Amino acid sequence: MIAILDYGSGNLRSAQRAFELTEQRVILASTAKEFLSADAFVVPGVGAFGACMSQLESIGGKEMVSEAVKSRKPIFGICVGMQILFTSGSEKGNHEGLGYFSGEVSQLTAPVLPHIGWNDVDTKSQLFDGVQNDKFYFVHSFAAKERVEGADIAWTTYGEKFIAAIERENIFATQFHPEKSGDAGAKLIKNWAKSI
Amino acid sequence: MTLAKRIIPCLDVDQGRVVKGVNFLNLRDAGDPVELAKRYGLEGADELTFLDISASVDARSTTLDVVRRTAEQVFIPLTVGGGIRTVDDVDQLLRAGADKISINTAAIKRPELINEIADRFGNQVLVLSVDARRAESESGFEVTTHGGRESAGLDALYWMQEAVTRGVGEILLNSMDADGTKTGYDIEMIRAARKEVCVPIIASGGAGKLEDFSAALDAGADALLAASVFHFGAFKIAEVKGFLSRAGYPVRE
Repeated sequence: MIAILDYGSGNLRSAQRAFELTEQRVILASTAKEFLSADAFVVPGVGAFGACMSQLESIGGKEMVSEAVKSRKPIFGICVGMQILFTSGSEKGNHEGLGYFSGEVSQLTAPVLPHIGWNDVDTKSQLFDGVQNDKFYFVHSFAAKERVEGADIAWTTYGEKFIAAIERENIFATQFHPEKSGDAGAKLIKNWAKSI
Repeated sequence: MTLAKRIIPCLDVDQGRVVKGVNFLNLRDAGDPVELAKRYGLEGADELTFLDISASVDARSTTLDVVRRTAEQVFIPLTVGGGIRTVDDVDQLLRAGADKISINTAAIKRPELINEIADRFGNQVLVLSVDARRAESESGFEVTTHGGRESAGLDALYWMQEAVTRGVGEILLNSMDADGTKTGYDIEMIRAARKEVCVPIIASGGAGKLEDFSAALDAGADALLAASVFHFGAFKIAEVKGFLSRAGYPVRE
């Protein structure tokens, strides 16, 4: 069973449907008991970094994510759900993140923002087996741009280079939205689910 | 490594059916929205847009149902517009499965709505839909309401800039002069908008032949929206993408 952390962060229905393609049962969970009963976890996130962090804190989500990390079970962070795993974010003021990856999430330098649409991902990670030449759907203005040694498994360029996917031990996270990336996203989700 | 130019079929939905007319008049039935959405998803649409053009308030629940059923089956981004007046309307649509929301008249009447939606859900969910036409205003383009029949008394370029400052993440620029005519996008209007705003621009209104799509990209559009040419089978999405790809534009194939 996969639990998607529901902390009031927008559209979770399509995320739920996309993760159901793995043939696992998928629940939306807003309490520690429900969330931590799963075999794998999804941490979504839309909106601003700081707003996401405070919504997360309001349901005790920091502790839930921390327990999920300790459990050694697979975790999948999406978009701002990836960003908040970093040290800090500078969207609408400076905000502290969960600190699992070192680095700051800062605004992209590009003539047109947000970065919206389908872009390439440069990766050799096995999680992208079968979709390494496919495009994925991005919607964001902020990103992690510094190297995270041994974890920054995929990069994309829009104005400048940024981390498109990161992986360390049981944590995997993408800046793009796999649940909105059609067949390529579905394949990536299925690849990830093999570790459940 | 390049961001693809997006091709977005637009489904005008009236009480649960897709319709399309010329200059917003003479509406023709074009099918079931969920079936069309699925078909376009399979054919390679990069996003989908639903515009709820129903006049009645009861149509709201029909729209939510259409959004819900579509989001269950189509895993590409879905934008929904039409009749959105409050943050609660946005919340309901997002919960039903919409990824982005487009607002138009309600923002003209009360621009603070833009700030309220952007503060709660982020700029990336909010598309400003601008129905513009040529007129004797400062930029030469003015905003209209009521499907292009009335002037909003607002310069189109000025309005787009204000909306971006307030927090819209994208602009859907619909030419009321070109809508449904298949005589090409309003290139000058796209070019003028591109100079003034730094968020993505979705060009809309007038697509009729393949060259129209590339001309809009040359003028600075980031995405291309079209309805009639797809609904009535003039082109398949793959044909448009194939044409653009051969002409050297980045697309997702």
